[in-house]
Amino acid sequence: MDVITANLKRCVLLTASGRIDSGTAPKLQSVINEVTDEGNYKLVLDLSDVDFISSAGLWVLVNAQKKCKRFNRGELVLTGLQNRIHDALDLAGFIPYFKIFEDTTQAVGSF
Amino acid sequence: MITVSFPGRFSSLDRIRNFYSTAARQAGLEEKAVNQVELAVDEAASNIIQHAYGGENKGDIECSYSIDSSGLLVIMRDFGKSFNPEVVKQPDLESDVCCREEGGLGLHFMHSLMDSVEFSFNAHGGNLLTMTKRLGGKQEKHRISKGA
Repeated sequence: MDVITANLKRCVLLTASGRIDSGTAPKLQSVINEVTDEGNYKLVLDLSDVDFISSAGLWVLVNAQKKCKRFNRGELVLTGLQNRIHDALDLAGFIPYFKIFEDTTQAVGSF
Repeated sequence: MITVSFPGRFSSLDRIRNFYSTAARQAGLEEKAVNQVELAVDEAASNIIQHAYGGENKGDIECSYSIDSSGLLVIMRDFGKSFNPEVVKQPDLESDVCCREEGGLGLHFMHSLMDSVEFSFNAHGGNLLTMTKRLGGKQEKHRISKGA
């Protein structure tokens, strides 16, 4: 699992690839922490190239969302979800907690 | 019955998922069902490492499967602490996500994605988890969808 970050004008775009499970979720957590520690709370997470996510990965997304939304300072939005990633989020009951966009341009434009 | 033992650590998860997704395809399950098997066995193996063994590299996860005309039988054995699913708190799927306690989704996923899930324990044989995925079985049970 890899994550690339790009600082855009109004948000930070994180592009993840690979598989997010109990072994790799801490890496995603750590990259998100680095970004938020720098004061960035408007985040777009592109999951187009993520073809597996377990509950460990889903909790990373939820915890990041809690952090971003605190004090109304921002939000984590998702884009590029493959069906199986969407299904996992749905099964966990997490869909209502995230804005989900079809593509990155829309997601970035939401800020 | 085909059996392979994997070291109980998170870096084994990829191989455990591949072991069972290959079996699921051999059993003739459609791709969505194969993905569901992958997620269920990943959650099961993660729970074994975290809860039965209490951490990585404490013991092996013995992974077995068999295929028959009804579908795929998955058996996962560990030799860690006994696991009693009765004492696991059900995840609260209804309240606001911000207020939910972290964890507790693994069992919910397994029960939702597989057609049957059973746990047993004995002092010599350790924990035995038996799950089935039937051809033409349920897609997802307990599915919840509140919409975006």
